[in-house]
Amino acid sequence: MKFINFISNLDKRWIYLILALCIIIPFLFPVGFPMKTTPPVKSIYDFIEDSIPEGGVVLIGADYDPSTMAELHPMAKVIAAHALSNNLRVLFVTLYPQGAGMAQDAIDNVLKEWNKSNPENQKQLGKDITLLAYVPGVSAVVLKMGEDITQTFNEDGYGNKLSELEVMKGIKNYNDINLMVELAGSSVVLTWLIYANGRYGLKMGIGTTAVSAAEYYSYLQSKQAIGMLGGLKGAAEYEHLLDKKNVYGGRKDASIGMDAQSSAHIFFIILIILGNIAYFVKKRKEGK
Amino acid sequence: MAIATNFWIWIAALLTLAIYSFLYKDNPFYKFAEYLLVGISIGYGISVYWHNTIITKVYNPLVYDKNFLVLIPLLLGLLMFSRFFKNVSYLSRIPIAFVVGAGTGLSVPSSFEFLFKQVYATMPLKLDFGSLIIVVGVISTLVYFFFSLEHKGFVGRVSRVGITFIMVAFGAAFGYTIMARVSLFIGRIQFLLSDWLGIIK
Repeated sequence: MKFINFISNLDKRWIYLILALCIIIPFLFPVGFPMKTTPPVKSIYDFIEDSIPEGGVVLIGADYDPSTMAELHPMAKVIAAHALSNNLRVLFVTLYPQGAGMAQDAIDNVLKEWNKSNPENQKQLGKDITLLAYVPGVSAVVLKMGEDITQTFNEDGYGNKLSELEVMKGIKNYNDINLMVELAGSSVVLTWLIYANGRYGLKMGIGTTAVSAAEYYSYLQSKQAIGMLGGLKGAAEYEHLLDKKNVYGGRKDASIGMDAQSSAHIFFIILIILGNIAYFVKKRKEGK
Repeated sequence: MAIATNFWIWIAALLTLAIYSFLYKDNPFYKFAEYLLVGISIGYGISVYWHNTIITKVYNPLVYDKNFLVLIPLLLGLLMFSRFFKNVSYLSRIPIAFVVGAGTGLSVPSSFEFLFKQVYATMPLKLDFGSLIIVVGVISTLVYFFFSLEHKGFVGRVSRVGITFIMVAFGAAFGYTIMARVSLFIGRIQFLLSDWLGIIK
């Protein structure tokens, strides 16, 4: 009973401290827990790898901000790197003001790492990759892109006229986009699914935070999305797949966090078991 | 090990620690970081809206392209501010009516089509265990939320199956939520250990 009382009255700051240690220690001493690639992640990877011809276009929706950056930013970087490795063009788009900063950081990082790893196949901003300027309107923007992308944005996120950019050559609307991967932790994913996929038939993949992942599985079942990256684990799986190609030397932000993720989950499982034992034992005692 | 020399990384690291200090107890460092975040977010948002909307979509077309059609949405937008003046506040209903009308017109047909795809996906195209789970899960969950019949007898038994499916969904969502929250913490720890302290690569 002493132990049960101890568990029930434990100051939660001790739990925070142990959780912090569960996360910090695996970074310092990596264990290398095994990781399995799941079909929703593999189907996005396979689509970019096998179904898009050279020079094709991948549109990445960066509809997130620093609060969900830990999960979604690695996805943005690894998908962009994968597309560049197949000589595809990459366009970033955002429906949120904060998303512009996230997308620019992802582009800078991917270009820097790509050009460092592949000096013989250098990629350039404006030629291989760019960010479409932020325009407010959310669903109106998504709909207008279905008619004319250049008219919707006028310029890229760096102030250049879209009509003058090489990366935009031959791109008028969704018919010229091979795949759109929407990265968001909010319901903006539905806006893309309803208007871009539903109305214009744009092929879509989803990259979302783990909180929202369960909600979006139904869109895989209905084939409204071809695949999904759920949380840090989804990003780590994608990094693992791209790693096999050995073309990109950038830091694998998601993969190096997976040991910490696993150890934190073990800690949570122990807490849930202990919490339940304490609850039922106390309930039994009180009933007597 | 190479500690960051970049001033902004130090600022980001100290603000991260200030926010996490709340886990010990509320304190002025946490409050400072919290207010700073709110202020900067709003300031950033205003500056982006100013450049990407007022300048790009209104000022440039009007001044350089002489596109006077822009005056119509500009006027509608300005009418929203009439809410601040009691005697003309009714004028704000015009842009609101426009937004509601256009928004509904755009979303209703697409949303129905979107919903039908979801309904279609619950219909079994082949007889296997997965399809059976989906059909039983959808029907029993809908029965649980059907309140016109008392949940007794057959309806009660089906709704109990429904609540089991709902609980499984809650469990999956909770598990994913833990994973998400831990991931956010991992992101910050990774930043502190790598970008700031240089302990890990």
